[in-house]
Amino acid sequence: MPTSRFEPSTIKNKMKREEIARKLKKQKGQSKLQKRLAQAKVEADNPAAKKRRQLENVLKTLDNMREYDPSILTANPAPTQPDSDPSQNSQPVASSSSNQQPTDESAADISADPFASYFSGDVDPTIPPKVLVTTSQKATRVTYEFCEELVSVFPGAELIRRKKGKGFEMGRIAGWAAGREYTHLMVVNEDMKKPNAVTIVYLPHGPTAYFKLSSIELTQKISGHARPTAHFPELVMNGFVTRLGHTVGRMFQTLFPPMPEFQGRQVVTLHNQRDFLFFRRHRYAFRSVEKVQLQEIGPRFTLKLRSLRKGLPAVKNLGEISKNLEFDIFEDEKPENSDVQPREDEDIAEQGDGEDADAGATQASSVESKKVLPPKEDEYVWMWKPELETTRRTFFL
Amino acid sequence: MQSDDVIWSVINQQFCSYKVKTTTQNFCRNEYNATGLCNRQSCPLANSRYATVREKEGVLYLYVKTIERAHTPKNMWERIKLSNNYSKALEQIDKELIHWPNFLIHKCKQRVTKITQYLIKMRRMKLRQEPKLVGVKKKLDRREATRERKALSAAKLEKSIAAELLERLKSKAYGDAPLNVNEDVWRQVLDRERASQEGVDIEDEESEEEEEDEEELEEEEEGWGDREFVSDVSGDEDEDEDGLSDLEEAFSSQEEGSSSEEDNNHDSDSDSESGETKSKVALGKRKAAGKSQKPPRKGPEKKARRGPRVEVEYEHEMESVPLTKDVLRNW
Repeated sequence: MPTSRFEPSTIKNKMKREEIARKLKKQKGQSKLQKRLAQAKVEADNPAAKKRRQLENVLKTLDNMREYDPSILTANPAPTQPDSDPSQNSQPVASSSSNQQPTDESAADISADPFASYFSGDVDPTIPPKVLVTTSQKATRVTYEFCEELVSVFPGAELIRRKKGKGFEMGRIAGWAAGREYTHLMVVNEDMKKPNAVTIVYLPHGPTAYFKLSSIELTQKISGHARPTAHFPELVMNGFVTRLGHTVGRMFQTLFPPMPEFQGRQVVTLHNQRDFLFFRRHRYAFRSVEKVQLQEIGPRFTLKLRSLRKGLPAVKNLGEISKNLEFDIFEDEKPENSDVQPREDEDIAEQGDGEDADAGATQASSVESKKVLPPKEDEYVWMWKPELETTRRTFFL
Repeated sequence: MQSDDVIWSVINQQFCSYKVKTTTQNFCRNEYNATGLCNRQSCPLANSRYATVREKEGVLYLYVKTIERAHTPKNMWERIKLSNNYSKALEQIDKELIHWPNFLIHKCKQRVTKITQYLIKMRRMKLRQEPKLVGVKKKLDRREATRERKALSAAKLEKSIAAELLERLKSKAYGDAPLNVNEDVWRQVLDRERASQEGVDIEDEESEEEEEDEEELEEEEEGWGDREFVSDVSGDEDEDEDGLSDLEEAFSSQEEGSSSEEDNNHDSDSDSESGETKSKVALGKRKAAGKSQKPPRKGPEKKARRGPRVEVEYEHEMESVPLTKDVLRNW
């Protein structure tokens, strides 16, 4: 037998070299197999050993090497994984949520966010939220087909074709829809004759999320797909951990009626893995206590958050005359002496100005005072940049 | 000396760097060309008397060639600013180009018209909010596509969905008489729960002790410390070699478990402890069960070990407070 340092490549004779190399390879494989068999035998008798081995043999993945960032993560995932979990997934939790959550901050976040009214039970659970689905301008057939699928997914959705021309900016449409008691606006953007992005606006006051849309597969393309029924689906939201994730997840939840109709056995999933949101819809059947059979209904698509804006999409009035310079008169600000106060006042004053202008506009057009007007400037809460992904162990959702 | 004919013959017969040849006609790329065509009349090089109109930063200028300064090309063109007013600008052209050929006067006026029109259009477009065009970045797209593919395979969607649904079923999130479950299956769930409930009382204490131990000794030989939930579920899964999948599975199921617990907590606000302790209790208990009964074969072992997976605490709560409409709405 050759020694361990022997390399068959040093043999000059090709036939001999190959023969020995083959033999060595086979030997190696055999020894490995023997080792595994022995291991399996030991572990069949001793399941604890197997458990121990599996514990030690945890593969490193991006998911479990994720870096903890206290500024965006609601709870430290490493030591107290169970703590952070409850908030992050599944319908029941995000809604019931919060009181017992270990992280008071995130609870407070959740209870104060714009979707709180939906989860507090003010909404009638039998009426699905009204969703307005529309496209970008000059959309083509592919996009309309996708939109129709979307409409079939969301129980209260309605597809309206996008009008062309001035005055049909997204912000304006959002305001219009809010006035008609829509709760969401979805705009599917088309580029190069393919849907490539979705904007979801929560009405009436935002936020607005802009997603990249990829790997769309329509129902028909999925082999062995089931047919959808009109029942309200269940929701599975997996893996939303951070504040941003909560916002996105909750926004998505609000698209569906709060009370699913279980007899439909339909489940809609939005699974967040490494910031990619995988959308799936299945019909399920419990075959036993340990087995669920899933049949996909479709469509499939993947979302990736690109930006989150605070309010509705802005409609910029570019022709507006810029304001004249105003000089501060420090007389009326004397009563407030703290540092923070004046700034707030300014903000309020600005808002007031804006509202005044808006009010003027509404009066001019003699519409009801409740009308929702889009802002003049976008206020971004979060924006994706390629630099954010230089380290692959940070995720934002 | 300037000789238009000589210049033109060279340009026409031999070579001109401004000339662009096409099959039907030739074009001229010289900036001073009034028409853009390559012919005798509109060649800015081969005409001693030449004039054109150009726009610079929104202002119109009339450029007039003065052939007497041909020896200093830098100063050869005389630039006259045209009025903003369209008709005045036309008058200005008439006035400045008295001795120039009609063809050039006409072309200059045409250019004035065209340029004022496009300036107007530019200004109007600036005021309009138009969709922003973004470049396609192939490299980024490719990178994201790869990452998406990998994330998809790491997600194990069907598995995680199935686990979540089972967790909901077992935690009785679907109510006491669920519409989406087969009767047999539901009976199994109930049976299992009852079975585990009987064995609970003893195990509970054990498990609690154990749990404390675990918390104290994080790096004990089993490595049982902070990752207990991992091992637990992986044991339950169908003997998968893949540690990763086990881990993820465990994660997801754990999440679900705790989530449903929370839900139940919410329902019956009897105990305000976090779901964490509960799940730990349950986990400890499961482990104890696994240890105590060590069946020889895999099949039965699996079942026996699976038994305790049903969390007992739910049952108490659920029985105390049935799933009401109100609770369901909070869901």
